[in-house]
Amino acid sequence: MNLDFTPDLQSFRAEARAWLEANVPASPLPSLDTEQGFALHREWERKLNDGRWAMVPWPVEYGGRGANLIEWLVFEEEYYRAGAPGRVNQNGIFLLGPTLMEYGTPEQKARFLPKMASGEEIWAQGWSEPNAGSDMAAIRATARRDGDHFVLNGQKTWASRGAFADWLFGIFRTDPDSQRHRGLTFILVPLDAPGVKVRPIAQLDGETGFAEVFLDDARVHIENQLGDEGGGWKVAMATAGFERGLMLRSPARFQATAARLVELYRKLGGDSDPSLRDAVARAWTNAEAYCLNTYQTASRLITGGSIGSEASLNKIFWSEMDVHMHETALSLLGARAELLRHAPDAGDVGDWLDGFLFSLAGPIYAGTNEIQRNVIAERLLGLPR
Amino acid sequence: MDFTFNEDQEMFRDSVRGLLDRECSPETVRSLWETESGRSADLWASLAELGILGMLAPESGGGLDMNEVDMVLPLIETGRAALPGPVVESAAIATATLRDLGGAIAEQWLPRLATGEAIATVGHPGNAFVADAHVADLLLLHDGDALYALTRDHFDCVHQPGNDPSRKLFRVDRKPGTGITCATGTRAGQLAAEAFDRGAFGCAAQLVGVAQQLVDIAVAYAQQREQFGKPIGSFQAIKHMLATVQVKTEFAKPLLYRAANSLAEKRATASADVSQAKAACGEAAAAAAKTSLQVHGAIGYTWECDLQIWMKRAWSLDLAWGSAAWHRARVADAVLDKTTPAESFGFEARV
Repeated sequence: MNLDFTPDLQSFRAEARAWLEANVPASPLPSLDTEQGFALHREWERKLNDGRWAMVPWPVEYGGRGANLIEWLVFEEEYYRAGAPGRVNQNGIFLLGPTLMEYGTPEQKARFLPKMASGEEIWAQGWSEPNAGSDMAAIRATARRDGDHFVLNGQKTWASRGAFADWLFGIFRTDPDSQRHRGLTFILVPLDAPGVKVRPIAQLDGETGFAEVFLDDARVHIENQLGDEGGGWKVAMATAGFERGLMLRSPARFQATAARLVELYRKLGGDSDPSLRDAVARAWTNAEAYCLNTYQTASRLITGGSIGSEASLNKIFWSEMDVHMHETALSLLGARAELLRHAPDAGDVGDWLDGFLFSLAGPIYAGTNEIQRNVIAERLLGLPR
Repeated sequence: MDFTFNEDQEMFRDSVRGLLDRECSPETVRSLWETESGRSADLWASLAELGILGMLAPESGGGLDMNEVDMVLPLIETGRAALPGPVVESAAIATATLRDLGGAIAEQWLPRLATGEAIATVGHPGNAFVADAHVADLLLLHDGDALYALTRDHFDCVHQPGNDPSRKLFRVDRKPGTGITCATGTRAGQLAAEAFDRGAFGCAAQLVGVAQQLVDIAVAYAQQREQFGKPIGSFQAIKHMLATVQVKTEFAKPLLYRAANSLAEKRATASADVSQAKAACGEAAAAAAKTSLQVHGAIGYTWECDLQIWMKRAWSLDLAWGSAAWHRARVADAVLDKTTPAESFGFEARV
């Protein structure tokens, strides 16, 4: 065990910090769930990629730096320290990207990865359907083979980034007689294909962060099939594993929130309810625990370990921690906390309210925390199904 | 940067686990409840033979010259087995204090503690009572602004029966004018602070073992106990409770391991790091106790059920060497009452 950052890591950190300080927009971009904000975030992705900082953990041949997981954590620490914009293409870079590297053909990798890296193609997720949420194997959207095309029919919903994205990935039933996890195929769908209709859905904050996608005889070339026909569930599970696992939820994001919470407490909390002091200390410790756990997992993976159902532990921990931190912030702010940032008398309430609403999505998306608890109980603890 | 344990550290853990599986079964723990001292000389000798009692002592003092990182996994095992006896006090605190004191007192006691020939315990104002004073050959008493080394004839002790039949707590009174004064003033204050952190750390490690064991026995019970025609472990109400405890336990561990590293490296943040660990490990074990009892139902509420061995240990250790609330207050003091930007692991907030 050595918990010191080596000189190599320190110089990598310094390099990232210097670039970010020179390039991060001076004021925050508009929400990426708005049309204008989406476009500006796409621009930012291009800039990141030009600096070769977009895909730090990707292999050099795909535009990355071949960074190992520890280096990636260091980069993320600097990214959140710099207050850099959210990653509008996170579905692509953190979920589909690694899945493509594992299951894609050389042609698919060459076709999709560079444009993903540059932000030229932004990806939406197409998992859920109206009647397939937690029970993802209940999906009904079909893909019928017609020559060298698939013909897609059905409906996907809660497609994150769907309102403004260029592509969608998801699983479709290619064997009409199949049940549950069998007979599904992972397909990459251009959202401008004929027969594809995207209807944005306003979220709790009124912005269109996700969408419904209607497929009405939409034609997609078979070269967009990822992995084996009928083997889509396995590919999807790999993608979902990345989502719950290490890549998507950087510890630094929560450490940055905890640090802002500490600042808020210092500013407002001096003579307030002692239970708030306790809550801030708890939030701080939670962020530390999540960070240390991630370093522990990263160290294990670097020395040849693997991550499986433990990802469910992570997902529950970060999502509940995030809600708790924002609840604590709202309690500290008191009655002002319900004001939107631009309310005339909002003062410096900041974006805690936005963060609170966003945090509440955490226990729901990427597999509800109830599903994660089932996974932990059955696969880690060995309780019967 | 490498947040893993090495092969030697894992092997040491495995040998401690093996030994305790053989020599510290629930039957053994229960049978010791019926003896006068509640302690087993044989078990202590076996621990000494493995080397765990002298891990922190230098080689010149008959020890292994190891540190808290080497010690944390074995300590977890002692919690997992609900080992009765002052392994934290003797091996994790007193041995380190004597090592740091050096000189004649260290030469006199370290080899005897490492071989198990003598047992040490610690009196500290952070705890109301002293554990295992009745079997201690050496009592390191942090009192006022001094540290005293006392032997059997230097103190009186009054037993304080408590909830956990394996805990042996005593009120200790030093006989006026007796004992050796090892340190006074600032030096004594520093040694007392370090002793407290080591006590909290050792306790936190045992709490993780206790928590894991409480989950494991609840899982085993839920797998075999049937109601409504199926194992109760197949019900989501049971699954979700246990999964919640597992999350708490798994995320307490990295805080504990970091605290071990901070103590070993004598980092400036060691006290706050220990406090984060003690609060999290204590809460995990307390939650595990409550959940494991609920999963067991009425049988868990009986004297006969072994569940009480770990459940009571969880409650006791959660309160010893500073409760979770006390430690979180110390974290709050360390993090909130500064004017510099808060720094956490790897992350430095921008002004």
